[in-house]
Amino acid sequence: MKKNWPLWEVFVRSKNGLEHRHFGSLHAADAEMALENARDVYTRRNEGVSIWVVESKYITASNPENNPEMFEPAKDKVYRHPTFYDLPDEIKHM
Amino acid sequence: MKENLYQYILEIADNCLILGQRLGELCGHGPNLETDIACTNISLDLLGQVRSYYQYAAQVMEDGRTEDDIAFMRMEREYRNTLLVEQPNTDFAFIISRQFMFDLYHYLFLKELQHSRDLSLSAIASKSIKEVSYHLRFSSDWMKRLGDGTEESQRRMQAAINTLWPYFEELFEISDAGKALIKEGIAVDTKGLKKDYLNSAREYLQEANLIMPEVEHFMKGGKSGVHSEHMGYILADLQYMQRAYPNMNW
Repeated sequence: MKKNWPLWEVFVRSKNGLEHRHFGSLHAADAEMALENARDVYTRRNEGVSIWVVESKYITASNPENNPEMFEPAKDKVYRHPTFYDLPDEIKHM
Repeated sequence: MKENLYQYILEIADNCLILGQRLGELCGHGPNLETDIACTNISLDLLGQVRSYYQYAAQVMEDGRTEDDIAFMRMEREYRNTLLVEQPNTDFAFIISRQFMFDLYHYLFLKELQHSRDLSLSAIASKSIKEVSYHLRFSSDWMKRLGDGTEESQRRMQAAINTLWPYFEELFEISDAGKALIKEGIAVDTKGLKKDYLNSAREYLQEANLIMPEVEHFMKGGKSGVHSEHMGYILADLQYMQRAYPNMNW
């Protein structure tokens, strides 16, 4: 038997209508235990209405070393933001 | 009537208080972070339930005593919890077995208490049963994992069940206060629950690759105030602050 349980990433939807957000990670032997552990570790103060768990090894992450080519080209392209419109006053939260 | 109701509330609540205290001992000492938090969550659930019961008990007595007096200022003989919940956290197999044996009872009990003619008790039962369903899910899952796990975990689970099984029957014992209140439609007649408990427990144990022990002599006494040698130590921890600094609060 392996000594350590695998690591799982936990995503919690805090309210209906909102998206699941990454809350943290934990150890568990399998998916069912991961859900129960997530319930106990991350939602005991009434933080959520839905939980996703996924074993961390299934997440593919971008490599920070590639940041220049991944993200920098987007920096000087302000025109990709819809910031050049005059918004009517009635429209909030934009 | 008033005295019977008071005693009956204590019988229910003291199980939750003492088991909550036992589980609280695990804070920072659980087998790993996740189960540590799970056990202390259950402890806090039980203590939350205890507060509702003791507040109600204080209200029934109407003599100025508070929930804190009831929790902290009684003598050992005045606690009405069963011997099962006093049993020590010998190892994780004991913790899970004790929890499973209590949760299954607690669940069946609350299901009936919801129909009590006492509206306060039925309201507490309806609120608590959601928590207790989760407790039972947690403990029965671990029964399966450990009982049907490695050779060592199976051996330890069977040892824990063998040691604790003689304590199950006291859960169903009916006190004089209970008898009087069953007639009023307030207390739960636990006689009828025992069969359900045994049938259900047998299924869980079978699935967990564990054998239900054959027991000839069952342990009892807690419900009438005669506790095991562990109780004094539990109360020493529980009551220390109130005994050392009477009426202190924060």
